[in-house]
Amino acid sequence: MACEQWQSQLDAYLDGELPADAMRSLDAHYRTCPSCSADALARLQFKRSLKFAGNRYTATPDFRSKIRTKVAARPRRTWGMGWTLATATLALLFAAGAITLYMGRQSLQRQHTYSELADLHVATIGSANPVDVVSSDRHTVKPWFQGKIPFTFNLPELQNTDFTLLGGRVTYLGQTPGAHLIYQIRKHQISVFIFPADIPAPLGSDSGVRQQQTFNAKTWTGDGLRYVVFGDASPADIQNLTNLLKSAAHP
Amino acid sequence: MPLFDQLYNFAHWLAQNREEAEDLVQETYAKALRGFSSYAPGTNFRAWMYRILRNTFVTSRTGLKATMTVPLDQDDDDPMAPADTQTPEAILIDRSNQQLLHSALEELPVHFREILLLCEVEELSYQDIAETLTVPIGTVMSRLSRARAALRALVHQKLQKT
Repeated sequence: MACEQWQSQLDAYLDGELPADAMRSLDAHYRTCPSCSADALARLQFKRSLKFAGNRYTATPDFRSKIRTKVAARPRRTWGMGWTLATATLALLFAAGAITLYMGRQSLQRQHTYSELADLHVATIGSANPVDVVSSDRHTVKPWFQGKIPFTFNLPELQNTDFTLLGGRVTYLGQTPGAHLIYQIRKHQISVFIFPADIPAPLGSDSGVRQQQTFNAKTWTGDGLRYVVFGDASPADIQNLTNLLKSAAHP
Repeated sequence: MPLFDQLYNFAHWLAQNREEAEDLVQETYAKALRGFSSYAPGTNFRAWMYRILRNTFVTSRTGLKATMTVPLDQDDDDPMAPADTQTPEAILIDRSNQQLLHSALEELPVHFREILLLCEVEELSYQDIAETLTVPIGTVMSRLSRARAALRALVHQKLQKT
């Protein structure tokens, strides 16, 4: 398919509105087409700028309390049974909405963090020099981080697995330094991020492989560290790499 | 009051004026309470509230004036222009360039501004945007595409001037 046809789907892809199979095809195209992936990155940056710029106006405290009073005063002024029911239901909806909003905020913060991780992942694997320590030997990669990050970690033995370690680099998330390792399985590259567990960036709890920013991601904490496995490989591959990393942490 | 902050931000972007935005939000809550029977439980409450606000705006004096020049949507629109990747740093608007993006958004026709806000800021799905604007989902996609192209063009124009 020519690039023009991919480009016509690009916005829907970034809006998360493409069917899963089209998402996968587009993912595959980006790995082989630098011009489309640069286009996607530019559009993603534009989307994020727009979200930031669009959250611009805040109501005055006076107006907020005026509306709150009006909404709250409604049942007293309208005593009819229908109104009472309607207002009670609306109040319930508002309460449910408040919970949803709280959850929504949490989820928004998480999305921001994953969006940063997606940027790190995409920018790294798209770079001409994706890693600073180029080695498939865990005994070379791990010591390379000595003195560069304020913690240490164990990497798994990959013999008899489909995974290959390509190397690593120092990265930052929420102004906290961490390790960014790149693994390969078949033609997929997977990022493994390791940070201190108290990193000030919400990532969610250990609950299976989830889709984040159209990628597959798995996160967990253990031994004072926060791990995130992130990439476009299948959920099963992400889970397998997770299991290997977990068993390396507890040999 | 859930949605209050989002509704207010959206109203202010539509009306571009604090007093009118306050009137719009107040009217929206009043209509939501009055017209509660028209809300079908199980459907999207957020889209319902945005639809009330948006309908209130388009029937207001400012709204009528702003929407008088809305062109008909063409679903057989030209294929989307690719983003200008020649200068990605020009498109990456950092915080210091927020003012530029704000003024570009303000200058956009209201039907482009509202759909961009619903999609990018409120993060409504295409389906919810279609419900809010009462247009088919195909129109949402083509209008979004044209709105993005128009905003990019405006930003470029402004960047070249600076």
